[in-house]
Amino acid sequence: MIEKALKGNSNYWMWLAFLTAFIAVGAICYLRQFVYGMHLTGMGRDLSWGLYISQFTFLVGVAAGGLMLVLPYYIHNYKVFGRITILGEFLAIASIVMCLMFIMADIGQPLRGLNMIFHPTPNSMLFWDMVVLLGYLSLNVICGWVILTAEKKQVKPPKWVYIFVYISIPFAVSIHTVTAMLYCGLPGRHFWLTAITAPRFLASAFAAGPALIVIACLVMKRIANFDAGKEAVNKLITIIMYAAIINAFFVCLEFFVGYYSNIPGHKHSLEYLFFGLEHHGHVYNNLVPFMWTSVTFCFGALALFAYMKITKMSNDLLVGIGCLMTFIALWLDKGLGFVMGGLAVNPLDEVVEYYPTANEIGITLGIWATGFLLVTILYKIAVKVEHEVEGH
Amino acid sequence: MDKQRRTFLKLAGATALAGLSAPVVVNLNATPAMASAAAAGHGEEKRQGMRLGLLIDMRKLYGRTDLLDKATEACHRVHNVPKIEGKKSEIKWIWKTAYANAFIDQSVNHASKTTRESEFLVLCNHCDEPPCVRVCPTKATFVEKKTGIVAMDYHRCIGCRFCMMGCPYGARSFNWMDPQPLLKSVNPDFPARMRGVVEKCNFCGERLALGKEPACVEAVKEVGAIIFGDLNDPNSEISKVLDREHTIQRNAALGTKPSVFYIV
Repeated sequence: MIEKALKGNSNYWMWLAFLTAFIAVGAICYLRQFVYGMHLTGMGRDLSWGLYISQFTFLVGVAAGGLMLVLPYYIHNYKVFGRITILGEFLAIASIVMCLMFIMADIGQPLRGLNMIFHPTPNSMLFWDMVVLLGYLSLNVICGWVILTAEKKQVKPPKWVYIFVYISIPFAVSIHTVTAMLYCGLPGRHFWLTAITAPRFLASAFAAGPALIVIACLVMKRIANFDAGKEAVNKLITIIMYAAIINAFFVCLEFFVGYYSNIPGHKHSLEYLFFGLEHHGHVYNNLVPFMWTSVTFCFGALALFAYMKITKMSNDLLVGIGCLMTFIALWLDKGLGFVMGGLAVNPLDEVVEYYPTANEIGITLGIWATGFLLVTILYKIAVKVEHEVEGH
Repeated sequence: MDKQRRTFLKLAGATALAGLSAPVVVNLNATPAMASAAAAGHGEEKRQGMRLGLLIDMRKLYGRTDLLDKATEACHRVHNVPKIEGKKSEIKWIWKTAYANAFIDQSVNHASKTTRESEFLVLCNHCDEPPCVRVCPTKATFVEKKTGIVAMDYHRCIGCRFCMMGCPYGARSFNWMDPQPLLKSVNPDFPARMRGVVEKCNFCGERLALGKEPACVEAVKEVGAIIFGDLNDPNSEISKVLDREHTIQRNAALGTKPSVFYIV
């Protein structure tokens, strides 16, 4: 089926070339980091996790977001998602590949990565994260490929593959739960030390993943003659709205706990992220504009969607803008604020701010571009197969 | 020969006789099970066998920043820790910091003038319940069974820095760059690190094996401000001082059971 990705119009090739340019820059930046060391990043002794780990955390969510298509279709037999469930599975594959690349970019001795397998350590959440991520990746590769192949041959998928489909559902939940557990079990990191981290991660994942799929559907409707169907997109918007509202509700709960308990450690990160943290006469507020953009985009998108639902308006452009705003809002919230906010105050009560370097941003963009390239190719194959079956 | 050196030698000699080995500060070959199994607090169980700990008597170090620096220098020289300018990439095993930074859970508002204005030595606490060991995905950091030291295997560490996230004391440093060209002098008795791995205080495990004291203890010997020994041996000097004096630990509420104690 891979040969289907080798045929496309000039726009398709130009888009791939555009992404490849970013990948090439990212590769050169990574080579630099590999040869010269991690001091080329903005991370340091106090802020020792940065952009890489925060992108990893966010993308685990995007991968888990595919669940919002798989679950209604396979468990509730919601036929409307029939055409797009494969998109959820393929997005999960690309996201997990990006996650693994971010992890490799982040570790100081990448050549020793296999030590995680040679010396398995069940008490480390990172070990379990590796297990569930590799598991979820394999499940999606198996399910996606087998089901698409069956579709191509116009036969029913073999029964055994449904076992893997059903296993993939709890796995999707587990990848983001275990990723939350990387953070929420650490003593002395107050912002992360909250049982709501995992539910909050899942809520934002179930908004961000489907938002990206809707955007992809709208793009493919215009350029690839692939229509996901109005009903499917509408249902996805409803899912995105609920998930985004639940995420916002969880963030508000964090505010209550921090400010009502008045425990400094619980307040500091929120203060740093949203209002600026005063410390020895200096106000640290680098991330404040980003976080308020996140809040504005989140509620702006919700208001837009609500308006469209109430007036029964149908406008692809507005749906696309709403989804993009949701995606950016959640990226700022989780892909930026969550990790940096939690690290702003170090264990010795010193405040440190983080400035990613150009090299680091180059690698980050390169990995994102790799993910987009993978999504493009996988979606291209999926759409071609559907067209073939429908006899376009 | 000053008095303290004599007491030290006497102590060392006694330990040597007891353990039938070379003169040692802490007899690493002693038979364990000296600890009483009596539960403390909420059914907390004491670690059986030897548990090395360190007590810093700050009363002897107030106003003596020169001694604090001496301890840091001695440690960093012995362990090939490079001096890197700037906070971002620095590596430190033991260093001085203000009371408010060392004891973030203590009130600063009404601390005594001396406490408020003095600097305190901070280092790895070699916790009895170390979060860094709990989170490490490769067992590159682990508790040495015999001594209770939280040790590192620099050759197994993959540099994920999860232990730095887990440590609530900021005791761990990462080699953001190759440290070896930055060393002014190299101590051939201790390995220098490569870049991309985490490191921290090891309670001078390599010196204890040779019967020497930890470098910081030796550096401030002239005032005898740091006492090192087995917390589980009721007859050790450190246990006796702990019985006698009121001590505090850094952020003990987190349940890490630190092995470093302070008299302030």
